[in-house]
Amino acid sequence: MKKTNCYHCGNECKVANAVVFDQKHFCCNGCKTVFKILHANNLNGYYTFEQAPGKIPEEISGQYDYLDSAHIAKKLLDFDSDTTSIVTLNIPHIHCSSCIWILENLHKLNKNIRAAQVNFPKKTVRIVFDKEIISLKEIVLLLHSIGYDPYIRLENTETKKSESTDKSLIYKIGIAGFAFGNIMFLSFPEYLEADEFWLNQYKPFFRWIAFFLAVPVLLYSAQEYLFSAYKGLKHRIANIDIPISLGILVLFFRSAYEIVSGNGQGYLDSFTGLLFFLLLGKLFQQRTYAFLSFERDYKSYFPIAVTRIKNKKEEAVQIYDLVKGDRILVRNQELIPIDGILINGEGILDYSFITGESKPVEKKSGDKIFSGGKQLGNALEIKVLKPVLQSYLTQLWSNAIFQKDKTKSFQNITDQISQYFTYIILSIALLSGCYWYFTDPKISITAISSVLIIACPCALALSAPFTLGNILRIFGKHKFYLKNANVIEKMAKINALVFDKTGTITSSQKQKITYHGEPLSVHEKKGIKSVLRNSNHPLSRALYDSMRNIETSTVKNFTEITGSGIQGTFQNLTFRIGAAKFASTSSKNNFLETAVYININRKSKGKFIFKNSYRKGIIPMFQILKTNFKLTILSGDNPGEKSYLEQVLPNNCSLLFYQKPQDKLNYIKKKQKRKEKIMMIGDGLNDAGALAQSDVGIAVSENVNVFSPACDGIIDAHVLKKLPELLKISRRAIHIIKASFLLSFLYNIVGLYFATTGQLSPVIAAILMPLSSISVVVFVTLTTNFTARNLIKVKDDNYHLKTNDSKILSLD
Amino acid sequence: MGVIYLLISISLIIAIGFLIAFIQAVRSGQYEDSYTPPVRILFEDTPNEAIHKNKPMNKS
Repeated sequence: MKKTNCYHCGNECKVANAVVFDQKHFCCNGCKTVFKILHANNLNGYYTFEQAPGKIPEEISGQYDYLDSAHIAKKLLDFDSDTTSIVTLNIPHIHCSSCIWILENLHKLNKNIRAAQVNFPKKTVRIVFDKEIISLKEIVLLLHSIGYDPYIRLENTETKKSESTDKSLIYKIGIAGFAFGNIMFLSFPEYLEADEFWLNQYKPFFRWIAFFLAVPVLLYSAQEYLFSAYKGLKHRIANIDIPISLGILVLFFRSAYEIVSGNGQGYLDSFTGLLFFLLLGKLFQQRTYAFLSFERDYKSYFPIAVTRIKNKKEEAVQIYDLVKGDRILVRNQELIPIDGILINGEGILDYSFITGESKPVEKKSGDKIFSGGKQLGNALEIKVLKPVLQSYLTQLWSNAIFQKDKTKSFQNITDQISQYFTYIILSIALLSGCYWYFTDPKISITAISSVLIIACPCALALSAPFTLGNILRIFGKHKFYLKNANVIEKMAKINALVFDKTGTITSSQKQKITYHGEPLSVHEKKGIKSVLRNSNHPLSRALYDSMRNIETSTVKNFTEITGSGIQGTFQNLTFRIGAAKFASTSSKNNFLETAVYININRKSKGKFIFKNSYRKGIIPMFQILKTNFKLTILSGDNPGEKSYLEQVLPNNCSLLFYQKPQDKLNYIKKKQKRKEKIMMIGDGLNDAGALAQSDVGIAVSENVNVFSPACDGIIDAHVLKKLPELLKISRRAIHIIKASFLLSFLYNIVGLYFATTGQLSPVIAAILMPLSSISVVVFVTLTTNFTARNLIKVKDDNYHLKTNDSKILSLD
Repeated sequence: MGVIYLLISISLIIAIGFLIAFIQAVRSGQYEDSYTPPVRILFEDTPNEAIHKNKPMNKS
């Protein structure tokens, strides 16, 4: 049969649901509806920019009812006045130019929307509307109807941080660069040392202009360095900013003195150039990924509001307002924000946000339910036991580790070197000062200031930012995204690795299903598949999907027994499929595995066992890692797979099971007391504590656009197997930085020769300083690129997995 | 010779003008999203016309 793909979403059209409309094939009614809406509004252009750009709209009713409450809706708005309201909505589905086009044409779908503007890297749309005519809920429902559901969560209501984070660095670079260029241009004539009438006449004029251009550079662009040096001195922490600030101040004030006294032109071009390069290094070190966030906590997952049942009436209420004893209604696809007791309904809860385990958990009425689960079936009624802030999950965030700023306690490699550097420079300056004081007192001050100028560790300060910044970019290209450059330095010191099991080393999407028992005939398989077709239970769906190339036909007497299984008659066979007690005659029951039992004509046949499949390349990776690192696996699961893991993993790898989120955090803490530097690799919210506690916390993500817990870095699941190489690169990076330090010391020695002998002229300073900076930058860039290319082979089959991801990467 | 003073002053004023323009441009946020605007400019006002010519639609 010829495969046809949906005109709207590009999925394969399966026979059962496919629809043909307007000579186009659609995989389901939902896609057809979206097409109809767009077609009716003359928005067919949506399909011209990109083939099949759409998404199957989810069928959810009542999900956005809470937006009716003006109080809640108001919290989401960026700007609000009588006639104009502005809202910024995050839409994860934005992925191509068609998305931009359709969203920016929203006003054609509904005339009451004034304008909409997409920010593609951030995946947001900013909508301007008049709340008198159209409500926020109507807009959200309109977006929903065309398949662009906004992602509205608790964090959206928090006071918004100023969107434009920090542009001051750009302003500082702009001003330093402006002054640098103009001063160089003004001081150039004097470098020619032509003692002629024309030049002498204008000397003071040029010098004073240069001086006034340099003042804002000292007062504004150099601010950060001066403050940081002051802080360092105050807390007696030697940092690189102390010698830099010393150099900056000496440069400026000696130049000022020379200009005022009319003795010379000063070093203002070197001064501004120095700051320009330093600030550029700072900019290069920043690498931000607009589509990623490293600071997420439960607020990014929790809804804003839930439906409360009070006096038999449903009302939307903010989740913080829930108290013990309230009854709430949780619909299909909604998240449970509290701990409670199930009163009514059949719970099929997906805890994959929390544990990484995609297999849903079943709950019956009367069962206790923990927060964080997503309901996959019909609506549930739950009685609140513990409100949001005291629930099992959110309590983890009250741990002190989440308040601690990891970056503050960390001394980076440049600062470590500079402690010694500062003392050495000061003593050289003093020695040469003393020497000249006894031989030629006039030169002594000149010599001291020259030493401080030339020793200003510009190249030293640049080597780490450029090395790490470049590594950060290389990692980003390989889908390993780090929060900042310090993480690389920390990675280089790691000596122990801790892995989460479910969702980290196992794949949460692929399950391995194996059959154990009496062999099944083709006819029986047909029957099983036909019966399964009628059930919506996730295990049934998974099993159904795994049975390929088997035909199905009608089933009689189909019944689904909650919590037990399904039953049905196919031709002459009666099937019972489900839990052991329902479909198996043997009393033996293994609670450690997930299995679906098959019973045909009241005779137990066998079982299908569901197993997580380990990610490709994971087991070899452990073998590579075992030589250099202590390895641990922390699992929240039962030890069902312990024997298998012990078999395939290296002997020194310890395995721990039944670990609660708090246990994981404590385990890391305990290991850190033994001076171990730990990298935690996890995925779910239950690892959030351990990720925060560890020296480097890395979140594994199957799709980097989906949200992952707070961490130092996010790694795409497909490149996890390259972890040994990535760790090796970060170690090499430290070697490269050290080598470039040597290079910059060489320049300093040459410079110091001129300085101590008292012959540092402005020309030499103007040549030596940029030369050393540029050569260091070139050196580190070339060596890092070379090392990375040698270690990671880009030629990888999995490299271009999803067109979606590569599109995002091309934005970098 | 006084013309040097005049020329240098004018050149500085122009340079400062560009510096201000740069700061304004950063402040207005036009460097924050460098992807969407180049895509947006390629959208025609009515792209459906092009399709109508190629693929006749059956009005439903």
